[in-house]
Amino acid sequence: MSSPFAVEARGLTKSFSNGTIKALDAFDLEVPAGQVVGLLGPNGAGKTTAVRILATILGPDSGSASIMGYDVVKQASTVRQLIGLAGQYAAVDENLTGTENLTMVGHLCHLKRSTVAPRAAELLSQFGLSAAADRPVKTYSGGMRRRLDLAAALVARPPVLFLDEPTTGLDPQSRLGLWDVIEALVQGGTTVLLTTQYLEEADRLAQNIVVIDHGRVIASGSPAGLKADLGATVLELTLADEEAANTAAGLLHDLTTKTAHVVGVAVELTVEQGPEIAAEAIRRIDGAGLVLVGLSLREPSLDDVFLELTGRRTDVDTEAVADGQKPKGRRSARESS
Amino acid sequence: MTDLALTPSATGRLRWALSDTRSLTWRNLLRTLRVPEALFFSTLQPIMFVLLFRYVFGGAIPITGTTYVNYLMPGIFVQTVCFGAVSTAIGLAEDLQSGLLERFRALPMARSAVLGGRTTADVIRNVFVIALMSVVGILVGFRPTSNVAQYLVACLVILLFSYSLMWGFAYIGLTAANAETAQLMSFPILFPLTFASTAFVPVASMPGWLQGFAANQPVSVAVNAARSLMIGGNYYSYGAVLKSVAWSVGLLVVLAPIAVRRYRRLA
Repeated sequence: MSSPFAVEARGLTKSFSNGTIKALDAFDLEVPAGQVVGLLGPNGAGKTTAVRILATILGPDSGSASIMGYDVVKQASTVRQLIGLAGQYAAVDENLTGTENLTMVGHLCHLKRSTVAPRAAELLSQFGLSAAADRPVKTYSGGMRRRLDLAAALVARPPVLFLDEPTTGLDPQSRLGLWDVIEALVQGGTTVLLTTQYLEEADRLAQNIVVIDHGRVIASGSPAGLKADLGATVLELTLADEEAANTAAGLLHDLTTKTAHVVGVAVELTVEQGPEIAAEAIRRIDGAGLVLVGLSLREPSLDDVFLELTGRRTDVDTEAVADGQKPKGRRSARESS
Repeated sequence: MTDLALTPSATGRLRWALSDTRSLTWRNLLRTLRVPEALFFSTLQPIMFVLLFRYVFGGAIPITGTTYVNYLMPGIFVQTVCFGAVSTAIGLAEDLQSGLLERFRALPMARSAVLGGRTTADVIRNVFVIALMSVVGILVGFRPTSNVAQYLVACLVILLFSYSLMWGFAYIGLTAANAETAQLMSFPILFPLTFASTAFVPVASMPGWLQGFAANQPVSVAVNAARSLMIGGNYYSYGAVLKSVAWSVGLLVVLAPIAVRRYRRLA
C-alpha cells in the first residue's frame, strides 16, 4: 500500500459523452513528497480532469491513483483528509463573509471546534484578508477571492495540495502575490500539484514539469532540462505578413533539426549556432525578395518547449474554458477588478 | 503537522453526518438572511395571494359551512410551502453552478450533508413562513376553530408534505443548468398542482374530467388535511390527515433516493 510518492497515477483513462471525448488516455504521474510538480497543457488537454480524479471528485474509467499511498477510489474518504483543492473557479460562498467561509470549511473538515475560529483568523491574516474578514465575499476583488479559495483549501493543513490554474484570469500583481503564498507553503513541506497554462508560473514554482496534451503525457522533466532538450537558441524572424512568413518558413526549414514554426507574421527556429544560422536566414530571405521586419535571438522559454511539443502556443489571453467537461453551466472564472 | 481527525467508527460517522448537516443548515439559513431582498419578495408573494383571494376573487367563490377566508388559509399555507420548494432547487443549482458542490465533494464531510443541510434549512424557513402567514391570515379574518394542538398538528402535516416535495425539487436543482432554469422548470409542475386543487376553490366547480385529478392529487390531500385540522366542521376528515401523511411518506421514499442518486452521479 505504501508508495514513495505523495501523488501517483497509473494509466488513468477517462472519457466523457459516452466515450466520444477522451479526456485522459493512459495518464501517468508521480509527485514526490514535498515537491511542486507543474501539470502543463493547453485548454482541453485533460489537466482539470486529472486533478478532479486525484481529488476524488470524479472516478476514472480505468487505471489507478493514490495519495500518500491511499487509493483515490477505494479509500476516498481517507484521501479527502489529506488533500486541499483550490482552483480557477474560486469556489467560495459569495453571500458569506471570509470568516464564515473558512469557519464552515473548518467544521466540515471536523477540526476541533475550539481550533476553527483561530485557524480562520490565522489564514485570513496570512493571506492579507483580515480587513475584509467580515465582508461578504461578493464584495471581494478577483485576487481576494482566489486567496480566500486557497485559504479554504488550507484550513485543515493538508499535506497535499491541488492547485488547478490558481492564477488564471488574475491581474499580474495578484498573480505575483499568489505565487509568494504558494512558495511559502512549499517551504513548509506541502506537496503541490499545480496545473497551469502559464509557462512562467510553472517555471517559477515547479521543480518538475509534466506536459500533457490529448490526455497523455508528452514530456516531463525539470524546466531547465526541457528547455535544454530543445536547443541552444531560438531565432525569431518577423516578416511583413503571414503569407511571407509561410514562404520564409519553407525556405528555412532545413536550418533547424526541429520544426520551423509560423507564429502570426513570425517564423521561429530553434538552433544550435544562433548567429551563423541567423546570417544564413537573412541571405535566403533577401534572396527570395522578402522583406525582413525584425529579427531576434533569445534563450528558449517554456513557451517554445510547448510550441515544439504541441504545435500550439499556450493561449494565455483567452478565457479559461478549461477541459470543457465540467458540471454543465458552471460560470467561468471571475476576472479580477 | 495536520489537524486531521482520524476516520471514525460507525457512531462517529453518524456524529459527523449530523454535524456536517448542521453546518450546512446554518450556512444555508445565513445565506437566506444575507439576501434580504429575496426573503422580502418571497414573503410578499404569499401575502399578495392572500389579499388577492380574500378581497378580489373570494366574493365570487361560494363556500359552504364556513367563511371563504377560513376555507382559503389552509390552502394558502400549502401553496406557500409548495412555491417555497423552488428555493430548494435554486439553492442547489446555485451551489452547483458556483463550484461549491465541487469543493464539498473534495472535503472529508458526510456525503449526505449537502442535501440534508439544504432541506433542513428549507423546513426551518417554512416554519417561519407558516407562522408569519398565520398572523397575516388572522389579520384578514381567518378564525381557526381548532385548538392549539390541532393547529400545530396541521402545521406538522404541511411541513412533512413540504419536506417530501423538496426532494423532488432538489433533483430539479441538481439537473438544471442554472438557477434561472431551475426556477423555470419548477413552475409547470407547481401551477397545475397548486391551482387545480382544493386550495382555492371547491372541486365541484371544475369540469368533470379535471375533478378526479384535482380531488386526489397530493396538494389537495394536504390542503384537505390542514383544513380538517384547522377548520373542522364539515371539513373534518380524519382520513384526509392519514392520507396526506401517507402521500408524504410515499413521495419521500420515491423522491429522496432519486435526488440522492442524482447528487452521487454529479461529475
